[in-house]
Amino acid sequence: MSIIYMLLGISVVVALIFFVAFIVSVRKGQYDDTYTPSVRMLFDDELVKNPDASSLDEQQKTNHIN
Amino acid sequence: MENCFHCGDECPSTPISYQDKSFCCHGCKTVYEILHDNDLSYYYDLEKSPGTSPLLSSSKYDFLKNKKIEAQLLEFNEQETQVVSLLIPSIHCSSCIWVLENLNKLHPAIKTAQVNFPKKTVRITYSSKAYSLYDLVILLAKIGYEPYISLDDATKKKSSIDRSLIYKLGVAGFAFGNIMFLSFPEYFEVNDFWLDKFKYLFRWLMFAFAVPVAFYSGRDYFISAYKGLRSGILNIDVPIAMGILVLFIRSTVEIAMDWGTGFFDSMAGLVFFLLLGKFFQQKTYAFLSFERDYKSYFPIAVTRLVKNSAKANFTEEQTQVYELKKGDRILLRHEELLPVDAILIKGKALIDYSFVTGEAEPVGKVSGDQLFAGGRQQGNSIEVEVLHAVEQSYLTQLWSNEIFSKTKQSRFESLTDSISKRFTLSLLSIAVVGTIVWLFIDPSKALNVFTAVLIVACPCAIALAAPFTLGNLLRIFGKNQLYLKNSGVIEQMARIDTIVFDKTGTLTTSAKQVISYEGMELTSQEESLLTSTLRSSNHPLSRSLYEMLRNEDIMTLDDFDEEVGKGIIGVQNNQRIKIGSYTFVNEGESPSNPTHNQTAVHVSSNETYKGYFVFKNEYRQGIQEVFKNLKEGRKMVILSGDNEGEKAHLEELLPKETQLLFNQKPEDKLNFIRQLQDEHRTVMMVGDGLNDAGALQQSDVGISLSENVNIFSPACDGIFDASRFQELPEFIDLSKKGIRTINQAFVFSLCYNLIGLGFALTGHLAPVVAAILMPLSSISIVVFTTISTHFLGKKLEKSIPGKSRRKMS
Repeated sequence: MSIIYMLLGISVVVALIFFVAFIVSVRKGQYDDTYTPSVRMLFDDELVKNPDASSLDEQQKTNHIN
Repeated sequence: MENCFHCGDECPSTPISYQDKSFCCHGCKTVYEILHDNDLSYYYDLEKSPGTSPLLSSSKYDFLKNKKIEAQLLEFNEQETQVVSLLIPSIHCSSCIWVLENLNKLHPAIKTAQVNFPKKTVRITYSSKAYSLYDLVILLAKIGYEPYISLDDATKKKSSIDRSLIYKLGVAGFAFGNIMFLSFPEYFEVNDFWLDKFKYLFRWLMFAFAVPVAFYSGRDYFISAYKGLRSGILNIDVPIAMGILVLFIRSTVEIAMDWGTGFFDSMAGLVFFLLLGKFFQQKTYAFLSFERDYKSYFPIAVTRLVKNSAKANFTEEQTQVYELKKGDRILLRHEELLPVDAILIKGKALIDYSFVTGEAEPVGKVSGDQLFAGGRQQGNSIEVEVLHAVEQSYLTQLWSNEIFSKTKQSRFESLTDSISKRFTLSLLSIAVVGTIVWLFIDPSKALNVFTAVLIVACPCAIALAAPFTLGNLLRIFGKNQLYLKNSGVIEQMARIDTIVFDKTGTLTTSAKQVISYEGMELTSQEESLLTSTLRSSNHPLSRSLYEMLRNEDIMTLDDFDEEVGKGIIGVQNNQRIKIGSYTFVNEGESPSNPTHNQTAVHVSSNETYKGYFVFKNEYRQGIQEVFKNLKEGRKMVILSGDNEGEKAHLEELLPKETQLLFNQKPEDKLNFIRQLQDEHRTVMMVGDGLNDAGALQQSDVGISLSENVNIFSPACDGIFDASRFQELPEFIDLSKKGIRTINQAFVFSLCYNLIGLGFALTGHLAPVVAAILMPLSSISIVVFTTISTHFLGKKLEKSIPGKSRRKMS
């Protein structure tokens, strides 16, 4: 049963690691703005690479509808 | 009617078309072109018509060309890396975030841009090699994201965000969880061989976790209790600090003497819940500031005219406002704000003081007249000579009043503190009596009972009732567009017995005016001449009259003349129209039928007097009902900086008991509120402009009404969206109900305390009882207050859709 000393040691160390991670994240300002990152992560690389092509696409779409 | 593809506003009858899309103005079209050409048209896919019409006057930012000012605004400035944080009030949707964070696509010198949406700021890193802050700001303004730069930005110190509460909460939560975990075996009192063996290790581990909880997380309670005791106040932190200390000491003694496990779990839980309440109460609105003074309104720089000694002419130079000295000469353009007291030297001044005094109409000034800081020039550029530096001007002196250096919170005793006084005294007497009684029955248990009473009666639930109720209400109010500075304001709101309103901009809408015409009917030709003449004038009255008449045909005028402060003349095809004051229109005759103090514009055609337009401010919808609902048991006052012109109208509109006061200067307002408070009244001030700043600060609850909450309001306790004005009585009612909820929660938690005292006084307080009773009482109080405030808030929210629907129809 003396294994419990080791288990205790490990569990406390693991808990401490998470605790330190929490403190570091607060210190880095991760909790200062909780809204913008939630929006930012939804943006992909949406740059319309070729504006002419995109307007062509649109024309084709409208043609289809017609 | 088509809507603009960029900003969503209605397009004029002939919209500007570009690539099959309609735009309301060239500005919007230009933004579309810029974004489209730079592959950023995804902007329009994210949200429908997300844009803002860009502002075209670029001379506004000329001051950024001054290197000194530029350096002051930069956050980081080393070699070729520059970082600047800009406040952009028009940030409002995800498209805004996207386009601003892709700013580097618009110019290669821009490296990164990061938006903080709640604060409406963007932090931009750029290289100053071939770029400057001026170029950057102009680029932003061009795409409709005009930054707001004020004197405040130049003076503010880098404020570090206080995160200590989060750390304390983190430590307490971490320790609470671990201690609970370690004390679990002993809760069940299992007489296992191995448990007995590890008991000591477990206990000392708990002790190790408990030390930072008591002395780091709980530190504020000890400090506050000490401060309270020193000034002779028994605040709620006294019994809390006592509880924490007794818990810690007794537990330490117990494990050191091998008497038991102690109450470390209860202690950590107590501190954790208390801090959670504190954290919950702190609802901040990042995009609002409640601490603004004149600095947020004033420009950072002005155009100074410097005399060239060689030649006799002047050169323009951008100078910081703080550097202005007496005798300096400055140039003020249309719509620019005068930051200092000055004497008019050259040009026709038409100064709009609405911002300072609340007077609705701009005043004409001629060369030699004194102008006061805070006035906004309308019309052509003027030259003025500085009389006092910015800190010594008439307006800014208001801020040297002692009231601005006091913090409001300390001026009243909160509900919790008043309860805790009685609570602490009775708690101590119970503990002492219980100990004495046990000294006779069984002296060995006396100390045990004494500490148990202090532990179990620790007013955790009482201390949580107010933060959770008020915190919830704060969020409900915020959702309904009344943004309060802190939860203490709600407590104050419930006690209000006097409500003082400002008139201009508070009771009246700043946007709309009712214009009516009296006199001989105008022919259609005269009307169209009138409209065309008005079109050429910059006077605010001309502008609003023109807005009303703009559907008339516009003709080209043969001649146009404007006499500042008097009126305008327009000539076309031998038709001559004069518009302006009565004496101007009638060649010096004094009016036979004076329209005293009314805002009126007179018209004559070919020297025959025709009639006049009367301007009346439009009062906000439902102000009669608001006054009717609020006057029950409350004194109502209107405190206006304007003249008495509206007196008769207001008397007719409002209940008889309402006190009306006119021509009140900013200090008069402040002193009036102070007088009311000396009569032991609790005063709420509802105002809007800087002229109310003193009164807002002096009052017990200062609410600033705002048409657009993103635009700045003076220092106050709460910012209220003007569109919800008619619901003001409901908000006050809700705050009263909130206080009732707190009182109910107090009764509720006292019941728990009595049960706990029963255990403590009979000497049966086992750690497991404390460990169950304490979190149970705290959680049930949190649940109770959350549910009841939720129901209270429901009523307020229910009233919204009905009202807004009515407004629309």
